[in-house]
Amino acid sequence: MARLSIEHLRKVYGEFTAVDDCSIDITEGEFLVLLGPSGCGKTTTLRMVAGFIQPTAGRITIGERDVTGLPPWKRNCGLVFQSYALFPHMTVAENVAFGLEMRKIAPADRGPRVTEALRLVRLTGLDERYPRQLSGGQQQRVALARALATEPDVLLLDEPLSNLDAKLRQEVRVEIRDLQRKLGLTTIMVTHDQEEALTMADRLVVMEKGKVRQIGTQRELYEKPADRFVAGFIGRSAFLEGEATGGRFRSEGGLDIACKAATAGPATLALRPERLAIGTEAEACANRFPARVEHVSYLGALLDIDVRLTEQDRILLQVPNRQGAAEPRPGDMITIGWAEDAGLVYPREP
Amino acid sequence: MSAARLSLGRLALNGAATLSLGFILMPLFFVVWLAFFRQEIPSFPPEGYSLKWFQAAANNKPFVDGFVLSLQVGVLATLIGLVLGVPASLALMRHRIALGPAINTLLLLPLVMPGIVLGTSLYVFQIETEIATGLPVLGSLGGLVAAHSLVVIPWVVKLVTASLAGFDRTIEEAAQNLGAGPWTTFRRVTLPSIRPGLVAGSLFGFVTSFGNLEMSLFLVGPGRTTLPIAILQYLEWKIDPTVAAASVIQIVLIGAAMIVTDRYVKLSRVV
Repeated sequence: MARLSIEHLRKVYGEFTAVDDCSIDITEGEFLVLLGPSGCGKTTTLRMVAGFIQPTAGRITIGERDVTGLPPWKRNCGLVFQSYALFPHMTVAENVAFGLEMRKIAPADRGPRVTEALRLVRLTGLDERYPRQLSGGQQQRVALARALATEPDVLLLDEPLSNLDAKLRQEVRVEIRDLQRKLGLTTIMVTHDQEEALTMADRLVVMEKGKVRQIGTQRELYEKPADRFVAGFIGRSAFLEGEATGGRFRSEGGLDIACKAATAGPATLALRPERLAIGTEAEACANRFPARVEHVSYLGALLDIDVRLTEQDRILLQVPNRQGAAEPRPGDMITIGWAEDAGLVYPREP
Repeated sequence: MSAARLSLGRLALNGAATLSLGFILMPLFFVVWLAFFRQEIPSFPPEGYSLKWFQAAANNKPFVDGFVLSLQVGVLATLIGLVLGVPASLALMRHRIALGPAINTLLLLPLVMPGIVLGTSLYVFQIETEIATGLPVLGSLGGLVAAHSLVVIPWVVKLVTASLAGFDRTIEEAAQNLGAGPWTTFRRVTLPSIRPGLVAGSLFGFVTSFGNLEMSLFLVGPGRTTLPIAILQYLEWKIDPTVAAASVIQIVLIGAAMIVTDRYVKLSRVV
């Protein structure tokens, strides 16, 4: 295993910039997730690391090796494809042995390593099957075993779980994570599934329109999102548009809100739904406003409540479901409140 | 009522299918039957049955020489067809080539061109080449093989491009990711995946070459005659069942080749 470093990576297709000045450092044994909406450049970045796309500019280093100009077959990256990409004309054992064969490992030594790789992914006794005779989950494991058997310097996962059904996805998620920890694999995973990203990653990279928006742990991204995009993309946020002036925020609807704003001028105030209080709990808050309940969604443990503060200002809040207690109903007037530090202010994006 | 109509429709369909199949198999049936007649002049009813015409065919030197030449030409033309047709298919399917569709059509053209037209043009071309280069082209084995390659290429291109159309290229990337260079990737991953198209293309190309008459008529030289031409020349003088016997041998050989191929590659799935 090795550390991986991506420096000022850039990929331009004609007029379109797929990846723009992307720099990421991944330490040895770290599980890094590239997260973003489709078309954000995360897959392009992964494919540049694997060597299938030649970057327009920038540098990729694996351990001490500069691999930027190397073809895919000289990079020693194990890639698990979204479609698994198993060789249909080879058995499970032959699929897993392929990488060993390419590394000129003697046939006698391949067997034990194939067995070991299949044991790691808990897939024994299927060596002589063909991929078409396996379920999606089993194919996924073979793809993983095939990548692991070669003992790659870095493991790359391209949406590895997106073709599995929901229940299996949960299981495999935990398995991959355990395996990655146990073997100390330096890993990059690409996904658009936020929950998957949050449960698996040591650190996450949020990308949008080819740019890295923020790199950090789950807590950093959720509690201190770097910009409005991250605040909206990781978890949920309610947004109020308005003007910031030192320590205050005036919404479009005329609300005067206490906040810790560093900026001045046109701005957006982001509020996490669970930081909002209602009724008597709101009384101690620095910001208190009357609001009309527009819609209530019952989610079991939680209630999602849409409220309207003014004509322009709407907020989503989330309160625990205290069974038996009086629940707000559409049309009710309630008081909502939040602490001064609950609102995050971002300059308005063009 | 509707069930009755349904079964009536099915009956009509089955009837039509049987009729068409019978129409297709009829000549085959008569050729095979005729090969076993005892009398020299084919007439019905047969006066008796015999295997002597098979012996006559096997002892007929023009037939045997023709068979060997046709086999040589067919094998060589198929090999050349593969060497040219497979890379052409890969290029057409994988890269944006200027005039790609036009080139594709051009490669399939010998299939729809009448044999006589093809033969005449190649005859003129080969004579001009001889005049220009002084090399003996017309009537040579090389000239014949070159012409036959032309009728093999469409089959190879047609069937290999069809195989490539459903081919998932990420498995090539997977091979490269595991350490295989481009040539190893082609040999170990791409080639096995397009093998059905390759095998079927070779088989149909070979059969087309082996049975080709019209084009070859223009291009064979003295003492160098392919089997179909030897049969035609024989028929100009005699109509005894020797020709039928030779045909039966051909039908059996080609049929066997198709059955053996079908064991490895399901032909019905490719064509």
